[in-house]
Amino acid sequence: MSFGGLGALRSDRWMSKQPSLASRDPSRQGRQSRSGKASARRRVTWHSMSGRCLPCLPRGFGCMTKHHTQKRDAINLALSKASRDRDEDRPSASFADLALARVSIAHPVSLPTMAPSFDNLSEQDLHELEEEEEIDFSDLKAQYEVRLEEGLDTFVVLDGLPIVPEESREKLIKYVLKKLNTVGRTSADAFFMPMNEKGMSEGFAFVEFETPEQAMAAVKHLHGTPLDKKHTLLVNKLTDIDRYGREGRIDEEYKPPHIEPFKEKEHLRWWLGDPNARDQFVIFRGDKVGVFWNMKKDPPENIVDRPHWTQLFVQWSPQGTYLASTHPQGVQLWGGPTFSKQKQFPHPFVQLIEFSPGEKYLTTWSARPIQVEEGQQGPLTYEEDGKNIIIWDIESGKPLRSFVAHELSGPDGDAGHKKKVQWPAFKWSADEKYVARMLPQQSISIYELPRMNLLDKTSVKIEGVMDFEWAPATPSREGVKHYEQLLCFWTPEMGNNPAKVALMSIPSKEIVRTRNLFNVSDVKLHWQSQAAYVCVKVDRHSKSKKSMATNLEIFRVKEKGVPVEVVDSLKDTVINFAWEPNGDRFVLITTGDAPTGAAGPPKTAVSFFAPEKVKGSGVGNFRLVRTIEKKTSNAIYWSPKGRFVVVATVHSQSNFDLDFWDLDFEGEKPESEKELAANLQLMKSIEHYGVTDVEWDPTGRYVVSSASVWTHSMENGWNIHTFAGQTLAEHPTDKFKQFLWRPRPPTLLSKEEQKQIRKNLREYSKEFEEEDKYAVDIANTAVVEKRKRVLNEWLAWVRREKELLAEEKKALGLPEEDVAVDVIKTAPKAEAEAPDTVVEEIVEEIIEETEEIVG
Amino acid sequence: MRPILLQGHVGFPREFDRDRNVVANRISLPKDKVLCVWFSANGERLGTYHGHQGALWTVDVSPNSVLVATGSADNTVRLWNVKTGECVKVWDFPTAVKRVEFSPDGSRLLAVTEKRMGYLGTIVVYDIRYGDGEGNNLDDQTDEPSLKITCHESKATVAGWSYLGKYIIAGHEDGSVSQYDAKTGEQLQNVQAHEFDYQINDIQFSADRTYFITASRDKTAKILSSRNLAVLKTYTADTPLNTAAITAKKDYVILGGGQAAMEVTTTSARQGKFEARFYHKIFEDEIGRVKGHFGPLNTIAVHPAGTAYASGGEDGYVRVHHFDKPYFDFMYEVEREQLKR
Repeated sequence: MSFGGLGALRSDRWMSKQPSLASRDPSRQGRQSRSGKASARRRVTWHSMSGRCLPCLPRGFGCMTKHHTQKRDAINLALSKASRDRDEDRPSASFADLALARVSIAHPVSLPTMAPSFDNLSEQDLHELEEEEEIDFSDLKAQYEVRLEEGLDTFVVLDGLPIVPEESREKLIKYVLKKLNTVGRTSADAFFMPMNEKGMSEGFAFVEFETPEQAMAAVKHLHGTPLDKKHTLLVNKLTDIDRYGREGRIDEEYKPPHIEPFKEKEHLRWWLGDPNARDQFVIFRGDKVGVFWNMKKDPPENIVDRPHWTQLFVQWSPQGTYLASTHPQGVQLWGGPTFSKQKQFPHPFVQLIEFSPGEKYLTTWSARPIQVEEGQQGPLTYEEDGKNIIIWDIESGKPLRSFVAHELSGPDGDAGHKKKVQWPAFKWSADEKYVARMLPQQSISIYELPRMNLLDKTSVKIEGVMDFEWAPATPSREGVKHYEQLLCFWTPEMGNNPAKVALMSIPSKEIVRTRNLFNVSDVKLHWQSQAAYVCVKVDRHSKSKKSMATNLEIFRVKEKGVPVEVVDSLKDTVINFAWEPNGDRFVLITTGDAPTGAAGPPKTAVSFFAPEKVKGSGVGNFRLVRTIEKKTSNAIYWSPKGRFVVVATVHSQSNFDLDFWDLDFEGEKPESEKELAANLQLMKSIEHYGVTDVEWDPTGRYVVSSASVWTHSMENGWNIHTFAGQTLAEHPTDKFKQFLWRPRPPTLLSKEEQKQIRKNLREYSKEFEEEDKYAVDIANTAVVEKRKRVLNEWLAWVRREKELLAEEKKALGLPEEDVAVDVIKTAPKAEAEAPDTVVEEIVEEIIEETEEIVG
Repeated sequence: MRPILLQGHVGFPREFDRDRNVVANRISLPKDKVLCVWFSANGERLGTYHGHQGALWTVDVSPNSVLVATGSADNTVRLWNVKTGECVKVWDFPTAVKRVEFSPDGSRLLAVTEKRMGYLGTIVVYDIRYGDGEGNNLDDQTDEPSLKITCHESKATVAGWSYLGKYIIAGHEDGSVSQYDAKTGEQLQNVQAHEFDYQINDIQFSADRTYFITASRDKTAKILSSRNLAVLKTYTADTPLNTAAITAKKDYVILGGGQAAMEVTTTSARQGKFEARFYHKIFEDEIGRVKGHFGPLNTIAVHPAGTAYASGGEDGYVRVHHFDKPYFDFMYEVEREQLKR
């Protein structure tokens, strides 16, 4: 057999790379000292020593027995047997020896040729070694053990093979090779199956592949595959067998895992139990991240404030349970009253994260493909190697599945163009049952949770698909009884085919509604939060492609047959659109063609739409309520509870206005809007210099506008306003980066209960007002008390200093008078100081004169 | 509070002299190199003092208003006769002089020299003589300093005398404050009063010099006890501070600052924060601001009688404000109660 030469070659390489770390393994030292034998701290080797049980050689028979009776490793045993049985005078090491050597690695072998052996160690070294023995490093060693390339990565161990006599050996090898060659390249020459003294095979074999990758592929694809009816192929890497088969690594006896005693975990939704129903928010500024209670006018009450809590940004989970921080090592989730660490997701160099709507899953993305080192600790496996995106199960902290990000070239497609990130790469259905990703222009892949398997094992091929959106709530179409999720997507014009917008029902993948569109430049899909409507904003160009206009195609999802209503009264292009949450009104912002050379930001117009009032429960046609011209607004922020909306100019250099609108104003309504389900009223307009972000609190009571240093460095900070635009407090903050309200989970109250509360609002208000007043009184008294104390402290300090000063003056023999007096009196007499003169000016003014004639 | 503007020079008022009627004005235009003295009541100029070769950094008037000391970028300290305007003494140094101050009794003068060109920052003290008391022989001054303190660690940026001239208090570049024995020069204490590495730009003392206020680039001003350097009060502003002054008569402090000169051009004027800010000395609350300057405030000085203050800005103006009645009337409720008792 030609394995010998190969083995020898390998052995040389291996020897030269013998890690000294392993040689000083204290656990092994301990064992040696117990057996009372002096031997070198070297790994076993195989030089022309075949035919003997190598591991046992240096220790003598006693050890051998111990070793053999221990039977710690079936493979080891079998191997040593096999090697003993082999021909004594084989000139060079056999493959089996090699394998044996690797497997029986834990046995120290003394070889005079190897240096430094234990024999030539000085007394001092010996002493050192003994000292080291006293400390048990084994756990640390195991943890930080450096994996060296050993040249054995191309070998795999096959197990579970049928036990065959010598005659059938060739046949079996040929059969198995056929299988192996489907994943890599190997040959009969690289296949070694040891035979025992009875001329039978042992049921295992060693195979060398051409490259480590092939060996890896073999393990990945062939492990656990059936060979025939009785036999299942087990494929393991030789290095793995070594690692896990090493003595002491795996206990012989089963020990039940140690179950940690039950510990009460912190309540993750504790903040909802605040007696005053305050909301929390997180602020990221400078290097510090702090979580605070909203105190309205007063400075927020700090809960935690930690420096370097995150690297890039912080993010709440959608229901507020966790606070996510990013680090070069991955994502961490925090929660509970002390904001203790809840979960870790080690995605190296993570840049973007996204939670699923029910916060069961987490998607993480990094531009750098993940590199998984062999033997790396943690949940990442070879599955994740080379991937950019991981979908994690938050509860278990384990990756569900990982993906390579789709390459997205810029619009021009040139290589120099900065790569765009498709984000969110994975979009979740409302109930987290499905997650989908689009391969632009080709297909949408829908995965089923919790297994993350591709729905029906294939992607949905949609030629030209540009974008898609899930319905943000589980839809309820009229006449549809079965469970479904809806997905809306669009495709552009291709050749003579018109552009298309379609609704697809999942899991049936049936297209339930489609609409053809012409002269389309771009399309944006806007779902209403209850999935009652989807507004398709279609930017159309004229035939000459010179002018642009926007149409709104509103799909009424809940109505029979999904009728589509078209709003085509808009002359300009729509730059922003937003549905009222849980409502049926919307706001949009249009802009005309900016006059060239005009200074300042482009002029925009804000339009409010509402449905017409109709008899019964239906929703009438959408009609324009009002358009406010000559604005610069570019952003729409609806209150999460609807009705109120803030329309603002953000990220602008010259305009910073925020307009607070009420759509159900309780006052007189203009005649022209009588039949519309809205009464529009501008409540207040305010300015916040440099505003970049606007955030409603989850209850719709407060609005925070902020200016982040991420955009500019002027007057960074955040201001808090009421829903009606009254500014409560301004908080200029240096290097302010992020403000995020903590979201709340959906309410547990039933609709009836909510209605009841709304009915009795007046009574509650009375109660709350009293409470507020009381709190203010208390606070005022506290302030006065504090001032009194501070003032008294100061006066006492001044008095004491005065006394001390007087004493010191006395000691120095200076008169106890004003300092000014003991100035050296050598100066010429200063001009007599004029006393402060008071100039009084008396002005007479006749205010009123009445003449009375005394008759 | 109608201000009197003293125009025509880039500079700032350093000192109201103790006779309550003169403002000495530093001129930092290298071309001018002139010291002007003005009457604070009406802004009329008393006179100018010529002789310096470089920008003037600092000036102090002796407590008896006989001598004016100036420190300059031409590496000299000069003594002037207030009345005649003649230069009576020049001391040469290896580096620029950033601060001069007469001791409370006028018998000594300290000067803070810059750390530059291999020279460490120092605080030197000279004994001052006042001639025959009739304004003659003022040029009879010592050549050698009576004391020299070398700052090995962090250079002193500002310094002043404590009560009775007992200690020399110095503020350092690293934000710390030192207390030296004024006789021996031995460092008695050093406290990190401000954030590390945020320079202290100003130190001004209370009338009896038992406490002083520091202004730092860390956006705070603090009142410290001269005796033990304990921090008594902290005033937090939203901009780096160049100067802080304690008002007489009323318990206020006035802080001034603004964006550092080199950053002004890169930020909007809105953000400059070039206002004089009034804080209540005891309660540490901000109670008012005075606008007017369009550059950072470099210095603020309060009239010894507490009736006016002057501010000098990078914009080249000195603004002298006389306080109005509401300024004197303003009182916290607790103060009023205290007063009644």
